[in-house]
Amino acid sequence: MIRFDAVSKEYPGGTVAVDELSLTAPSGTITVLVGPSGCGKTTSLRMVNRMIEPTSGTITIDDRDITSVSATELRRGIGYVIQHAGLFPHRTVVDNVATVPMLTGTGRRQARSRAVELLERVGLPAAFADRYPAQLSGGQQQRVGVARALAADPPVMLMDEPFSAVDPVVRDQLQQEFLRLQQELGKTIVFVTHDIDEAIRLGDTIAVLAVGGRLAQVATPAALLATPADPFVAGFVGRDRGYRALAFMSAEVALAAEPAVALGSPLARARDVAVDDWVLVVDENDRPQGWLHLPAHPAGGPGPAPGEVGPALLNLGGTLAPVGGTLREALDAALSSPSGRGIVVDDAGRLVGSVSAATVLDHVHDTAADTPARGGA
Amino acid sequence: MTSAAGSAPWDLFGYFADHREQVLELLWSHTWLSVLPVVVGLLVALPIGWLARRYRWAYPPIVSVTGLLYTIPSLALFVIMPTLLGTQILDPLNVVAALTVYTVALLVRVVADGLAAVPEDVLQAATAMGLTRLQLLRMVQLPLAVPVIAAGLRVATVANVSLVAIAATIGIPQLGQLFITGFQLSVSGPYYPPIVLGIVLCVALALLLDRLIVLSARLLTPWQRVVTAR
Repeated sequence: MIRFDAVSKEYPGGTVAVDELSLTAPSGTITVLVGPSGCGKTTSLRMVNRMIEPTSGTITIDDRDITSVSATELRRGIGYVIQHAGLFPHRTVVDNVATVPMLTGTGRRQARSRAVELLERVGLPAAFADRYPAQLSGGQQQRVGVARALAADPPVMLMDEPFSAVDPVVRDQLQQEFLRLQQELGKTIVFVTHDIDEAIRLGDTIAVLAVGGRLAQVATPAALLATPADPFVAGFVGRDRGYRALAFMSAEVALAAEPAVALGSPLARARDVAVDDWVLVVDENDRPQGWLHLPAHPAGGPGPAPGEVGPALLNLGGTLAPVGGTLREALDAALSSPSGRGIVVDDAGRLVGSVSAATVLDHVHDTAADTPARGGA
Repeated sequence: MTSAAGSAPWDLFGYFADHREQVLELLWSHTWLSVLPVVVGLLVALPIGWLARRYRWAYPPIVSVTGLLYTIPSLALFVIMPTLLGTQILDPLNVVAALTVYTVALLVRVVADGLAAVPEDVLQAATAMGLTRLQLLRMVQLPLAVPVIAAGLRVATVANVSLVAIAATIGIPQLGQLFITGFQLSVSGPYYPPIVLGIVLCVALALLLDRLIVLSARLLTPWQRVVTAR
């Protein structure tokens, strides 16, 4: 547990970066500090490993004042990941990861073999071990950065916008793997970001900071979306928070059976099962491939078999919602489907059924009636 | 000694064959008189450059004062050194000390800028990993500054090879001696072989030392040669 107790940071000249921050980051969870530029989130983070010394107030880790040990010793027990990873360009990937264990006296061979294990754990093949950082992509470097922070198995991790500098697809992947890793490791993590979406996705607890280092609200993601504490938080959390909040409700809606035809079936068969002119097409393993709009292809399409349902005829619109997923996923599947019927699939990607937007919205309505949305703030 | 008249100006091979032992001895002293100041100068410049980097306010005064040292004429420095060091006028130590001053003048800025060239996020990560200031210098800053420092060493070394020759005027034996010999033998008509030989050996020495520095720097920086992804 990391506890900030009335911590302030004032720079010479009177700029207040952090103003009387009192906050607890519970053990084994991810606490996200989020806010616009100049809200003191990075300053707060860096005070935990004493890269910045507070002007007043105390910070404790597991009830021990962080000033009770030397800054060097403190830092070796805290993993730190930053935006561009900050890897040592002159050291190979494995030596980068093994840095802290070797500083603290682990033998070279042992440190390196553990480093290779960690690389695999963060999703990098062992073949990368002997490369230099310049030979890696931004996302791969960031994985090495995470492995390096984990190398000494510190109970506490500080992460400063670690996924901000990579493209959206890679970021999504890194966030997903980060959550999986945290599930296995259960570190106490303080995570800084300016991106509210990232905060909501990753945080167990979210602390919203306003400019001037004022703590505006601390809440779970669902509570933050449901009941912003003040206009600043409401504005920062954003306009589509109602939609985002659906991500915290599980989609226990009744599914309709969805008739489907397999790729390669005769068009005549597709005509027989189509509902409202749309028919779902699946592969031989029952996995949805796309939608066929029959009026658009009265005589079949081009290709070797004009009378069959071929891949060229398919409309690929429509996301797939997993069984047991969230209302947001179910609604998104329904809204993005050209037929208006959102497809729900099981873990193996096989068709289970479909759901309409109206069904989802009815469910939202019922849920809201049952539990007045007043999450604790 | 070959008579002055009738000798082709480029007959340096003949001159070398006739004075082999003497020339090799001059070459050797020229070599260590050029190299030793670079080594000592680097050792002196490292802490000064580090200070200039460590304390931002110290950078301008340190870099300008040490840079100014380079404007002192070398001959003057050679002559002053015995007084400053209490050495004999013919002590080669005077030359070593004077050239060390020039090396320091060149390298302080190079060291400071080389240390400053380490990316901020790398320094930040290193500090956050719990490296002490000395570990940071030894494990991160110095290795990363090698390319910049090596570039400075190349300039300092080549400059020293040429500056050493001037010390012949105060009687310290090295390749510059050949220029004086050539000058003295040219009284009754030009006699170039020792002069040309001196120039050729100086250039060859400078090139050799330069290559050595380039090669060592390359061995020390394998990461610079990797093909970058992206």
